[in-house]
Amino acid sequence: MSSLYEEINTPPASDIPVRRVTINVNGEARTANVEPRLLLAHLLRQGFKLTGTHTGCDTTNCGACTVLFDGRPIKSCTMFAVQADGHDVQTVEGLASASELHPLQEGFKQEHALQCGFCTPGMMMAAKALLEENLNPTEDEIRWALSGNLCRCTGYQNIVKAVLWAAEKMRAELN
Amino acid sequence: MSLNEVKIGGMGASRRRVEDNRFIRGKGNYVDDIVLPGMLHMEILRSPVAHARIKSIDTSAAWDMPGVRLVLTGEMMAARNLAWMPTLSYDTAAVLATDKVRFQGQEVCAVIADDPYIAKDACGKIVVDYEILPPIVNPVQAAAPDAVQIRDDKAGQVGNKIFDWEIGDKARTDNAFADADVVSKIELHYPRTHPSPMETCGSLADYDRATGKLTVYLTTQAPHIVRAAVAMVAELPEQNIRIVSPDIGGGFGNKVPIYPGYVVAILASILTEKPVKWIEDKTGNLTSTGFGRDVYLKGEMALRKDGKILGVRMNTISDHGAFFADAQPSKFKIGLMHSAFAAYDIPTAHMFATGYYTNKAPGGVAYRCSFRVTEAMFFQERMVQAAADDLGMDQAEFRRVNFVKDEQHPHRTAFGFLTDSGQYEKCLDIGLEAIGYKNFAAEKAEAAKRGRLLGIGISTMTEPLGAGNSREYDILGIKMFDSAELRIHMSGKAILRTGSRGQGTGHETTWAQIVAHELGIPADDILVEEGDTDTAPFGMGTYASRSTPVAGAAIAMVARKVRAKARKLAAHLLEVSEEDIEWELGRFYVRGNQERGVTIQDCAMAAYSNMPDGMEPGLENVAYYDPPNLTWPFACYIAKVEIDPETGVWDVLQFVAVDDCGVRINPMIVEGQIMGGLTEAYAMANMQYQTYDEEGNIIGGNYMDFLLPTAWETPGFELYEVVTPCPHHPIGAKGVGECATVGGPAAFVNAVMDALKDKGVRNIDMPLMPNRVYEALTTGKDIYGMPPVRSGN
Amino acid sequence: MYPSRFKYESPKTIVEAIKLLDAGKGDAKVLAGGQSLVPMLKLRFAFPDQIVDINNIPGLDYIRFDADGSLHIGALVRHEHLEKSVEISMRQPTIAAAAPLVADPIVRARGTFVGSVCHADPQGDWAATMIALHGSIVVQGPKGKRTIAMKDFVLGPYANSLNYNEIAIEAVIPAPKGVARGGYLKLERRVGDFATASVAVALDMSGDTVLNAGFALAGVGGKTIDANEAASALIGQKLTEATIAKAAQLVAALAEPRTDHRGSAEYKRHIVETFVKRILVANSAQKVA
Repeated sequence: MSSLYEEINTPPASDIPVRRVTINVNGEARTANVEPRLLLAHLLRQGFKLTGTHTGCDTTNCGACTVLFDGRPIKSCTMFAVQADGHDVQTVEGLASASELHPLQEGFKQEHALQCGFCTPGMMMAAKALLEENLNPTEDEIRWALSGNLCRCTGYQNIVKAVLWAAEKMRAELN
Repeated sequence: MSLNEVKIGGMGASRRRVEDNRFIRGKGNYVDDIVLPGMLHMEILRSPVAHARIKSIDTSAAWDMPGVRLVLTGEMMAARNLAWMPTLSYDTAAVLATDKVRFQGQEVCAVIADDPYIAKDACGKIVVDYEILPPIVNPVQAAAPDAVQIRDDKAGQVGNKIFDWEIGDKARTDNAFADADVVSKIELHYPRTHPSPMETCGSLADYDRATGKLTVYLTTQAPHIVRAAVAMVAELPEQNIRIVSPDIGGGFGNKVPIYPGYVVAILASILTEKPVKWIEDKTGNLTSTGFGRDVYLKGEMALRKDGKILGVRMNTISDHGAFFADAQPSKFKIGLMHSAFAAYDIPTAHMFATGYYTNKAPGGVAYRCSFRVTEAMFFQERMVQAAADDLGMDQAEFRRVNFVKDEQHPHRTAFGFLTDSGQYEKCLDIGLEAIGYKNFAAEKAEAAKRGRLLGIGISTMTEPLGAGNSREYDILGIKMFDSAELRIHMSGKAILRTGSRGQGTGHETTWAQIVAHELGIPADDILVEEGDTDTAPFGMGTYASRSTPVAGAAIAMVARKVRAKARKLAAHLLEVSEEDIEWELGRFYVRGNQERGVTIQDCAMAAYSNMPDGMEPGLENVAYYDPPNLTWPFACYIAKVEIDPETGVWDVLQFVAVDDCGVRINPMIVEGQIMGGLTEAYAMANMQYQTYDEEGNIIGGNYMDFLLPTAWETPGFELYEVVTPCPHHPIGAKGVGECATVGGPAAFVNAVMDALKDKGVRNIDMPLMPNRVYEALTTGKDIYGMPPVRSGN
Repeated sequence: MYPSRFKYESPKTIVEAIKLLDAGKGDAKVLAGGQSLVPMLKLRFAFPDQIVDINNIPGLDYIRFDADGSLHIGALVRHEHLEKSVEISMRQPTIAAAAPLVADPIVRARGTFVGSVCHADPQGDWAATMIALHGSIVVQGPKGKRTIAMKDFVLGPYANSLNYNEIAIEAVIPAPKGVARGGYLKLERRVGDFATASVAVALDMSGDTVLNAGFALAGVGGKTIDANEAASALIGQKLTEATIAKAAQLVAALAEPRTDHRGSAEYKRHIVETFVKRILVANSAQKVA
């Protein structure tokens, strides 16, 4: 929003409870007024225009909306935006730095771990959570850690390879 | 001197995907990511019941809610002649229900509001009074003489039958059966399933009254078909309709049809004069959009004692739901079901097909399948295994004896297709070697000592991919061909547009490789654009594995047209006659003096700056490609499974896939397609199905019941390659997107059946859930039909 | 996908939370991990007037073994805390076996143990585990705390014995009489599927003698099945082929499965019997200290 003007929308009906939240999204404090019923995924997508987080199902199964909440993976369609007030949220948009991709992003491209790309952000965030705890995962550990994220295109085999690729690169960077 | 084709990202390069650059950053642009100023949101109220007469609809409470802009009912649609729309199979489908609802999940009303939460709230305020009618949930009920008629809206419709259709030579086939030593029979049900892309369907319609222009962003695999249909249904001039298919979160056939939501959102935008976004929820997608399969297959095979197949009979009964909305070529009522047995040298065959309406979701789309080919190949390979078992013959040997031999191509199949090429035995041999077929008996005996049952299942198939030719293939009368438009800029970089539409299939990467192969322009210098009907040339879209066979061919052809003009420019630049010019990748040179040449980039510059007198400036062209035949890839899939007989749980120990899809443009992407397809095959064999209870309630209407396998269950796949170039395709490529989904299921099922052979079990219909496997192995009885459904809750 | 409207409060103390519930007169709902509640709100299967989010109440995320050997799990302990706890893996094998089988890894990072017990889903893993472990739930209301034994806590499908103004604040698992053994098996078609059948077995053992045993089942009845009466076949006995078979039969007889798309009633009963045997055999094979 420019300082020059701000269009004032018609105020909502007074009986609709709205709360102000400030969420640290990808390292930046973002503030919004939200209805309590607004899902975090919708605030990220529609409110903060971070459309990399996708919503793929209604039943908390698909994991396309996975983000890191205080460092742990959560399905952002299964948390209310108000609950994130004062917390730290990382989305796919925060994976890369200005100049370089995260090793997972490189690995996903290198190993052809994505096709339509819809599950990819959630998949990478779940993988990031894994690698933060275990930088030397086995194939089974990767499959297990990603079993809350559905992919319809790839058959997962290349996703596993991509995570191994990223882990190797991250280990090398540590040394 | 010559360019290295792999280095410039040409044919055969496993070039990393261009589209990934945005997807890995979360910068894809899917329909739901698009925001237009002043945009409204639409939600659909769906029928909770399967079959009922609508007595009344009261929308007043919904209209009264703050933030609600419009509430649409079937009656309001009807007033604009939009309550019904044509389907892709010459039937009609309801947009919003007027007279009756005919399946659970059918669209009844739509609410357009300031945000989707309010729209959903308002849907909850609409009161619909239904008079419940008896639901019909399978073809047997549909065919009953006293069955209530589902389609009482259709003049001339009698009962619930949609069609009877037959193909093949009945008399000759009868004779073959009379001469048979052995007749082998099998009866199967291919369960209803759903393509279920991760992204649901949705659209954003934007009608501008000032310009009369309608722009619709929507999830479609075939934007030009949508434009044609919108022009027809909405009676808007075609030049004012722009359909944009942005990034698509998976299609698999689900995003070919035109759905009521799209039509209602367009009308809503016209009425409100604001952009209207409709994003379906997963339940809506699974309960109302194009499903796949749901066919009862019965057949028999006439056999000679020595293993030769003499003839085949097939009978199919298909369940199409409430509207006949199969997305398939007009000429064929049950798609390309008659592609069955194309890999086998069978003298004669006959098929009879019947289709019925039921109170279930309409569709019957080609779910990762070239129009019912999946059912055909599944039936074929289950029938082949049963026949081998009946003859007491080894299953691999039986196939070998009956395969069409390499030198027999092009081969006229018993149902009249013409296969183009293949090396079937070679593929089989590679597969058998990789799975360790020779040692399997010992392995099985070893496992038996541990109390485990081992089975090995083979599935081989060839399928017709890449409709048309236009003589035989059309959808709603529009001939099936495709197109490419190539423009070389003066710097030698290029833009390529096609009538196809990628959906995760890597077109932006692969298409550039074809141009690189034909012109020697590095693939990185070529921008590929698809999906916008204002800019892309007319094409029939992407489904049925038709992009590479048809659009891919058009790309090669347009590149060759451009090269022909570049040759003239080269002759001009080199000051020799055109006949004295030779071509090598990326460069023309003077015959006999290879040093003296100009690059394609030099020619491009000349086309804008130094063309010969009388030559039209510029370097661009368009090609429409009408394939002479379908392409016929072949695959051999072999699964080795282990069953825990105490629980019926089965695990895949090894899976080998040998694919011959002709020349591979980008091997990495081809392998990605195969692995993804095999996973859907595994899903169908194991867990992924939809059914309906006796009241017409869907089971499998969300991801809690409609099970997609996760990374944990999905087995690993070993891939092998054989290349038989397609003889009629300009670059020798064949389709591949669906081979694994088509051929894969029978490998898993045959493997489990092989393990249970000693128990006297001949068939378990998919899904092979542990309880069904356990029941079969403990009782020795076959399991037929869908799993029983919930008995009350 | 779009929940209906509700009022939201996020109290900082349990007392405050109880006040809100009390004022809600039954129309308020506690939100902990939310992995069952939020999906129900999204699908509009639930329409609470008020949500009381307890996630900001400090001090509820403990996993504690007391000196007497009893295990205490606070209301905000997430499934993954139990899955990753070294102490749990060493001292409480039934919970250790069940933890990785709850839902999927992302749900486990957010959903809570106590919340799942309260949800009393007939398919739920933790209610069954708690019954087998003879656990109890500590609840707090306007009049203070009370402890409810698991057998009295789960009343039926999605029904527990909490009053509308009470919050479950802790799960308690009593100290084993000897060494805690046991296991948990679940037949699911894929990760995150509802169970076709789940079996929780808890054993207190001294040497190879069973001092106490507990059994409970999920997915095979209209509610979580308390099969603890089958323990009589094992108490004071060694785990032999005969005692194992007897116990497995008794447990299976207590299942109340129903034929549905996951399998016939007979099949589910058979799975229960098979799984009880497998868990008991695994424990008999172990060198019990």
